[in-house]
Amino acid sequence: MLIGIDMGGTHIDGVAVKDNKIIKTIKHQVDHTDLYRTILNAIYDLIADLDKAQISRVNLSTTISTNAIVENKTAAVDLILQKGPGINFEFPEIPSEVNYIDGYVDHRGKMVKDLDYQQLAVLKKDLSAREDLKKDLNKAEDLKQDLNMSQTKNLAVVTKFSTRNPEHEKAIADYFAADYNQVTQGHTLSGRLNFPRRVNTAYLNSAVYNIFQEFANNIAAALREVEINAPIYILKADGGTMPLVDAITRPVETILSGPAASFMGMSALFDNRMDSVLLDIGGTTTDIFFLVDGVPVFEPTGITIGQHKTLVRAIYSVSIGLGGDSCLSVVNSADGDNFNYLSANNSYDNNLAEKIRIGPERKGPPLLFGGTIPTLTDAMSVLHKLDFDNFSTEQVTWARQGITELAEQLALSAEDFAELVLKKAAQTIKNQVDNLLLQLNSQPVYTVREILADRQIKPVEVKVIGGPAKILAEYLKQVFKLNVLLPEQFKVANAIGAALAQPTMELNLLADTQRKILIIPELNIYEKIGSRYSLAEGQKYILQCLNQAAKKLSDSKLATEIIEESSFNMVDGYSSGKNIRIKAQIKPGLSCVIE
Amino acid sequence: MQAKNKLGLVFFPAFDWAISPSHPEREERLLYTQDQLFEEGIQDIAGIEFFNPVPATEKDVQRVHFAVPDVKTRFSKSHMVSMGGAIEAFDLVFSGRSEKSFALVRPPGHHAHRVVYGDRGFCVGNIEAVGLEAMRTKYGDLRVAVIDTDCHHGDGTEDIYWNDPDTLFISFHQDGRTLYPGTGYIDEAGGPGAYGYNINIPLPPKTGEQGYLYVLDHVILPILAEYKPDLIVNSAGQDNHYSDPITNMNFTAQGYAILNEKLNPDVAILEGGYSIESALPYVNTGIILAMAGLDYSGVKEPDYDPSRLRQDPRITEHIKKLSATVYERWQQRDVLAEKEYGNQKLVSRKRNIFYDTDGIMERQTQNFKVCSNCSGLNYIDSRSDRGSKIKGITIPRDACRNCQKEGYELYEKSGSGLTNVYLQDRVNDRYLAK
Repeated sequence: MLIGIDMGGTHIDGVAVKDNKIIKTIKHQVDHTDLYRTILNAIYDLIADLDKAQISRVNLSTTISTNAIVENKTAAVDLILQKGPGINFEFPEIPSEVNYIDGYVDHRGKMVKDLDYQQLAVLKKDLSAREDLKKDLNKAEDLKQDLNMSQTKNLAVVTKFSTRNPEHEKAIADYFAADYNQVTQGHTLSGRLNFPRRVNTAYLNSAVYNIFQEFANNIAAALREVEINAPIYILKADGGTMPLVDAITRPVETILSGPAASFMGMSALFDNRMDSVLLDIGGTTTDIFFLVDGVPVFEPTGITIGQHKTLVRAIYSVSIGLGGDSCLSVVNSADGDNFNYLSANNSYDNNLAEKIRIGPERKGPPLLFGGTIPTLTDAMSVLHKLDFDNFSTEQVTWARQGITELAEQLALSAEDFAELVLKKAAQTIKNQVDNLLLQLNSQPVYTVREILADRQIKPVEVKVIGGPAKILAEYLKQVFKLNVLLPEQFKVANAIGAALAQPTMELNLLADTQRKILIIPELNIYEKIGSRYSLAEGQKYILQCLNQAAKKLSDSKLATEIIEESSFNMVDGYSSGKNIRIKAQIKPGLSCVIE
Repeated sequence: MQAKNKLGLVFFPAFDWAISPSHPEREERLLYTQDQLFEEGIQDIAGIEFFNPVPATEKDVQRVHFAVPDVKTRFSKSHMVSMGGAIEAFDLVFSGRSEKSFALVRPPGHHAHRVVYGDRGFCVGNIEAVGLEAMRTKYGDLRVAVIDTDCHHGDGTEDIYWNDPDTLFISFHQDGRTLYPGTGYIDEAGGPGAYGYNINIPLPPKTGEQGYLYVLDHVILPILAEYKPDLIVNSAGQDNHYSDPITNMNFTAQGYAILNEKLNPDVAILEGGYSIESALPYVNTGIILAMAGLDYSGVKEPDYDPSRLRQDPRITEHIKKLSATVYERWQQRDVLAEKEYGNQKLVSRKRNIFYDTDGIMERQTQNFKVCSNCSGLNYIDSRSDRGSKIKGITIPRDACRNCQKEGYELYEKSGSGLTNVYLQDRVNDRYLAK
């Protein structure tokens, strides 16, 4: 039996899956003052009448790290960076003092300038002096020490091109380790190149370390207490999972896993083999995803959280401010949206629709639920699209009144206005999807073969989940002119996704036969090779490493694959060699399909 | 970080194409540039965007070249993509998608002449010219300055714009007596329709930052201020770099960045540059930052040492004199044209062109009709040691009715004894071959 828990902004959903069937689902409100208790209560409720001994795995998608970052409840972090020659980076998005040190490794991983240990000694003294000063100040002012201040600080160390040669990062980390509670080395988090993103990723990892560690320890203890002994996994933004113990050292990978959970849920509920658009229409927002040949589209470099661009691998998702609770208003001037829903035969509707604004904010609940501002949901109610058994006559009247007031501004009946609102909602989503496709279809490629192949994403289906999905489906069908599919279990798709997600991992290998060095940064592998090392050997080695890692991640067999490979001839004066680059991953996938 | 100038980059390293496995023009050439750009996070700078090439069409090529026997035979898909990258770079600026653009594409193009029998100086199609002429066709007439900052003389571009007064071509390069292609002297100044609008500045070996920037300040920028082009193109070779393996100059990443800041080109197109590990990653980063209007002061080669690269005072002195001469010739261009061509009705120019990469020898005579109403009909009689004997007729963009008519008549009556006859009608964007 698989347990999946997905904690979102307002709700926490849980699901238990057994023999390809959903045997139980729950839905609770999130208590923002106590996320830990929220999760525990959800688990307790879900398993209350189930056989705990049968639970083989618990997968959690949490907002612990995400919230800590968004709400600035992170630990203090010292940053030590080696930026070398290049752009004069500044990191205004990072609320820590940045300490730059000398030394440089170039793009090949060659040591150009070594570390200056005298400089490091001075920095060490300086950093601890600053820390002492802060502690003294706190004591002097008799401040009530908060959680963060009472702990020793964390450290993030990032050097330029550390994914090509991590020796400086390792040396600096060792040198300072004793002074810190925790140290993050940039190269361990991703094998991809991008120094500013690596800095942000390493910073965030150290920043959420304490809060995630506390959560992880508590949750593990709490589950043991109720005799759940199954392994616990945490969901990542790439739609995969990682064991709780790994998440403690790499908590940054647990950020923004919510959209990935929905995506995986939709994957589980649909038959996916073609190019398609996936929409998760919620209360506040609509999340848009794409499948190409049934495979998710990933963020090209990594996910962005707040002001931080990171190297955290993530399923490509874009959120727009359109959901059931999106507020409605009438504006005098056109908002410039390209509304061409009826442009061919009805310019009158067209002009009116341009004056209707949906969202992008949520300004409270729908009138139907006692709110003060008309919403998309209220428009649906006017058209009798909702299940009226759930509402009192009074509630329905509130909604109708609000919509009528807006409709009168355009001299329309409430029904006509509501109809136009739903059409416009569908068109807004379509326009956004078109924009994203334009961007995705012009992503850089680097070979003549790819330019000539010109692989374009052309969705043939639209798949929708979420509260308003059922009602909007017919409107989406008209604007997309494609088949629109709705699964039955769409209300807890996110928790289903969480339950069925499997561990994922990406590895990057670079072998340089001139330097006779092989590196897989994510596994901290930096070793010697012979000058005749070949692409085939590299392929074998990276898969061997990945399969070994996969075994540690899961008891069940995980499929691995090579996703990119190249071997460049290097000619340097009289010597020559090969520059071999291979990227491999555990295939993102699901434990089973839901029947 | 926010770019001051919205910059479009057509970065296309062609990782699956090489002239041969160990040729300087091989798959690896832009690999370390890509690594550097990725590690610097260039793609995350707001205002800098990446674009893909759109392969060039046959017609794009025919506007510039007489491809013998035809475009399909002479140009590989890789060449079409590289030329397409240059077209896209121009189009980014003309369509307003970017304020400036830089095409980092390969293979390069500035050694490709009007007639193309094969590859010379690693070039088959002149990527700048193909891009520029596509723009002129799409967006109308333009006054353009092409500044060739490659270390080798841009002999192909010179040939293409030899008789075009609306395209000012300035090339500075290592003196042709010491480097391929062995041309690019100051008296190569243009055909009878555009004398003085082809400017060569041959620099002595070991010229450093000081010399290049002197030429820029004292020759190039003043001429540009007078010529007032609608568009400035940097034919951006990077082989003036002190670490380049096939040249002998002392220019630097800082120097290239300063040059691009001052020159302020609208479009830059990568040409040569084969110090792929020690120069290109830094020079390209420097050019990108300079074009985007960002701080490039930190972009230096790891082994950069200004004292080691200081320019010999004798070189400085030579460059001062040379600059004065070149600038004076520019000012005297009308007088000099009169001296050079006088009252000739037809100007002929005989040349031998060697295709070093493919080992082909071509003998050609270019004939420029002197016309008082336009830059004049012109045609090339050419034969290669591979057995081709061709005539290529060009009706220039500004051709008068008479020259147009004459062009078609010449095309009609030519043929006997020739393997191929071509007509470029630039007025009507029509290209014929028989």
